[in-house]
Amino acid sequence: MSHISPVIWQFLVKWMTNFALFPPEASKIAPQMDALYFFMVLVSLIGLTIVVLLVISFSILYNRKRHPVAVQIEGSTLLEATWTIIPLGLFLVMFVWGALIYFRVFTPPANAMNIYVVGKQWMWKVEHPGGQHEINALHVPEGRAVQLTMISQDVFHSLSIPAFRVKREAIPGRYTTVWFEATTPGTYHLFCTQYCGTNHSQMTGDVVVMTQEDYRKWLASSTSGESLAQNGERLFASLSCAACHNTRPDARGPSLANVYGAKLTLSSGGAVIADEAYLREAILNPSQHITQGYAPIMPTYQGQISEEGVIALIEYIKHLDSDYRVEQTLTTTDMLPEGEGATPAGKASAGNAPAAKGMVKP
Amino acid sequence: MQDSAVVAQGARNAAAMADHAHGGHPTYLLHHFNSVEQQADASSFAMWLFLLTEVMFFGGMFVVYLIYRNWYYPAFVAGSRQLNVALGGINSALLITSSFTMTLAVWNARMRRKGGMILCLVLTFALGAVFLGVKGAEYKEKFEKHHVPGEHYSLQSFLNPDSDPAAAGTRPLPLDEARHTELFFSLYFAMTGMHALHMIIGMGLMAYILFRARGGAYTAGHTAFVEYFGMYWHFVDIVWIFLFPLLYLINRH
Amino acid sequence: MSTSTIVRLPDQSTARIPKDNFITRENGLLSWLLTRDHKRIGILYLISITFFFFIGGALAGLIRLELLTPQTDLMAVDTYNKVFTMHGVIMIFFFLVPSVPATLGNFFLPMMIGAKDLALPRVNLLSWYLYMAGGILALYAMITGGVDTGWTFTTPLSTHYVNTNVITTGLAIFIAGFSSIFTGLNFIVTIHKMRAPGMTWFRLPLFVWANYAASILMVLGTPVLAVALVLVVLERAFGIGVFDPARGGDPLLFQHLFWFYSHPAVYIMILPGMGVISEVISTFSRKRVFGYTAVAFSSVAIAVFGFFVWAHHMFIMGVSNYAVLVFSLLTMLVAVPSAIKIFNWTFTLYKGSITFETPILYAFGFMGLFTIGGMTGVFLGTSGTDIHLTETYFIVAHFHFVMVGGMLMAFLAGIHFWWPKMTGRMYPEKISQFAAVVTFIGFNLTFFPQFILGTLGMPRRYASYPPEFQILNVFSTAGATILGVGYLLPILYLTWSLRYGAIAGDNPWQATGLEWQSQSPPLTENFTVMPVMDHEAYDYEWLEQQQERENQKEVASAG
Repeated sequence: MSHISPVIWQFLVKWMTNFALFPPEASKIAPQMDALYFFMVLVSLIGLTIVVLLVISFSILYNRKRHPVAVQIEGSTLLEATWTIIPLGLFLVMFVWGALIYFRVFTPPANAMNIYVVGKQWMWKVEHPGGQHEINALHVPEGRAVQLTMISQDVFHSLSIPAFRVKREAIPGRYTTVWFEATTPGTYHLFCTQYCGTNHSQMTGDVVVMTQEDYRKWLASSTSGESLAQNGERLFASLSCAACHNTRPDARGPSLANVYGAKLTLSSGGAVIADEAYLREAILNPSQHITQGYAPIMPTYQGQISEEGVIALIEYIKHLDSDYRVEQTLTTTDMLPEGEGATPAGKASAGNAPAAKGMVKP
Repeated sequence: MQDSAVVAQGARNAAAMADHAHGGHPTYLLHHFNSVEQQADASSFAMWLFLLTEVMFFGGMFVVYLIYRNWYYPAFVAGSRQLNVALGGINSALLITSSFTMTLAVWNARMRRKGGMILCLVLTFALGAVFLGVKGAEYKEKFEKHHVPGEHYSLQSFLNPDSDPAAAGTRPLPLDEARHTELFFSLYFAMTGMHALHMIIGMGLMAYILFRARGGAYTAGHTAFVEYFGMYWHFVDIVWIFLFPLLYLINRH
Repeated sequence: MSTSTIVRLPDQSTARIPKDNFITRENGLLSWLLTRDHKRIGILYLISITFFFFIGGALAGLIRLELLTPQTDLMAVDTYNKVFTMHGVIMIFFFLVPSVPATLGNFFLPMMIGAKDLALPRVNLLSWYLYMAGGILALYAMITGGVDTGWTFTTPLSTHYVNTNVITTGLAIFIAGFSSIFTGLNFIVTIHKMRAPGMTWFRLPLFVWANYAASILMVLGTPVLAVALVLVVLERAFGIGVFDPARGGDPLLFQHLFWFYSHPAVYIMILPGMGVISEVISTFSRKRVFGYTAVAFSSVAIAVFGFFVWAHHMFIMGVSNYAVLVFSLLTMLVAVPSAIKIFNWTFTLYKGSITFETPILYAFGFMGLFTIGGMTGVFLGTSGTDIHLTETYFIVAHFHFVMVGGMLMAFLAGIHFWWPKMTGRMYPEKISQFAAVVTFIGFNLTFFPQFILGTLGMPRRYASYPPEFQILNVFSTAGATILGVGYLLPILYLTWSLRYGAIAGDNPWQATGLEWQSQSPPLTENFTVMPVMDHEAYDYEWLEQQQERENQKEVASAG
């Protein structure tokens, strides 16, 4: 998008960055956004220069000493049209250009890796799918598309990474997403930019961009031992979700294998894609998200599960491609509703932990 | 001339400009207007504009209502069921009748019939008072059944409809839907509360008008205040005409 | 006639303030507190908003002092949060919104259209009392613990997560909102119904058009703010849950309701200032405003379009991408009328006869600074760049450029321009020109670095920041000190002028408006003979002929 020679461009950016007049460009979208920004700066400078030059020259040419009698001029439709159409045209160019960038920033590519962020007063909790947890820090690999799925536990927060030129609010009650692809290893600022109370100014952190190799090492060394999906599997069992969400013929709920990303028809008739937002709503406000063909009996889990828990469940469901392990749970526990067909309860452990058989596929 | 004398002369000049003997215009013509017509025109326009601001005010709340009703329809149906249609209907009748008596009051004022005007105003006031009484009874019932949003809000009537005669026979709501009924009642209290506040203000103004009317204030040819108050009262009535079906009549057969 | 000033004062050895004027007509405190005279009400407003301006300004000083260093070392972070919140609340609701309409508008609107008063004088007085009630309540809230939600009262922070005086402040703003509604209502009725004979719509001064447009916004927009505040107060007091996601409410709904008013509010704040600029530029270049019709219609266009752009404050809040498209496009449309005005004012200077008294210095400052502020608004209205720039100091710089560099300069231009008419006295020209230049320099030093800080990513409402941002913050605070001097000087010399200023006479600027055809200060009833408008607005030829007639009368009476 930049029509300036790359050499001059680099020089400009480096010089400005070193003098701390401009943030570093560390993501793929950053130069694109900067190009638009500089275009706008240029247009503004030209506009301002025109106005200032006109005002100064008119003030000199037509000051009272030199030009004692004013000439009454009604106006000029041509001039009016000119300075209506040209600014409008320029603004529309900026609108289109900006809209393209906006859509790019908020439309993640299909292969983006997902990282969850939960904001709360006054810290950022970052959850990697592999089970790495960070507070006020975000480690990402360079050269890979990373999507942040964010939510707030309490008030509005806003995650901002100036070096990447991305920013998005973390809101209570719904997920928001933003994506970026980091290009330059280094450490960059991370800020909360939506005023959120007393320690708003302390809700800052670091984004660490690593080479792919370093990132792999970091992942291996920082894991808590359990991925989000594994955690989710545990929650799935402890909350007795498998009691209804299984593949038995009399199952009271739909099987959740491969449901992520599928198109569902709801009992209200509408169609939805089962994405993160839908899954979250289905857990917390199920009555309005019942799949067609099933009775509206799913209880709500609002108040019983934290945002991190919901994220874990969603991660589990995202990676669920077979009900094998769910079935195993049912046969080894007496989880099914009472009176709903005998289960060979046998050596039932009192209720909860499924037989762990190695890691769930990431 | 001394300073104070100049000022006093100025005051006399100003008074002379607006002197009644000079122009022969009525006492109620305010001095910054050029004519009675201009005063009536301007005042009437002002009153309509004020009502427009009230429309924007209530409109904001209606927008909130429309959005949540769209999102949580079953909860709104269940909440609406809890409202007493008979009492709401009676209130609607009372208020519409009070608008009628108000119109009569204005007509009487124009016909310079003091007795008639006072009677109609008293009727309007009484009808308004009964309306507020009924509203108070409804609020009290909501309070007793723990349907006032906040700390003591109870979901029992919705989780377990047979425990509540007003909801008997309806399907029990799941917990997450039942929670949304609190929003319905929030809007119910906010909107009817704002409406009731406007009615109370109206009745205060009515009391003032009655007090002035006894002295013959509005039956001597200058009916502006009563007319504009009438417009206000009609507006309050119209708001209720929207509120009643939106709150009381959701999905009733 | 080739002097470098347009000012024409009466002979100072014989000139006197007219004995009978709106100030001397009645005496005593009650005659002011119970007045129905729009001019006295304008003066009451002038004194009160100046008072609130200095409180808001002191709070600004505290903010800039804290931000001299990267750490939170001047005050506790909770205190800082309260300081910037109150700064915003007081400056917006108790200074900027009423500034020009309630002072200069109240004083001059009736005179400009040839009326004796506004349509509803008692409602006008009520407006002032509501303003004072709201202001006193806000001060009470500030003194008894303050508010720390930011002036935007974002839910659920304001409803469930702070322990401060949200309800009191919300009520204070609610009451002040009614003051604003009644002022706007009064203006609309007056302009429609009380114009003098011959005063058609297109003979109205552009100041009247601008206040008319602002009044439409006041009347239609403010009630929605009232509803938003009422709902926040109810949620806070009774826990009703309309904005609480745990109970099915949506905090984003508050944002929509709040910004539905608060965006038109910024046009309420700037339009009257633009009206002042039209008057000033015309008078000091001795020319009719270039493109009168375009400027008049652009005011109304800004008002209309201004209602449809509110969600550009919410581009990254999770609204749908398509909503963003619509609001971004509409924002581009609302930017165009402002550009039209700037060019029309510039071309008013063309082939004019320009002098550089204080009012036009402020007007030039307005034009430059508002151009920058307005252009940076386009940066923010463009959805792509808004992602990076929103919620940073870029926003802070943007709105201070348009509000302080724009509106406050226009306010000062208007005060200086109409000071001789209101008080009968001229302010001292040299020191006021000096103050204008000081203000301009101080302003740029204060707020331009903030654009850079914003681009660097420094968030707004931060009490502490990364150390590499310090040098720009230090520049900003240094500028604020200079700016403070620039604002203090007018208070001093304007007060001085009340006693020692030169006698101004009826029309020291030789301006064309109807208000300049009366004595200074005006009579309570404004005119001795009701004017008939038989010429166009800004008709300098008519003015010349009128001055000729008066000269001839003087000669005749002397000879």
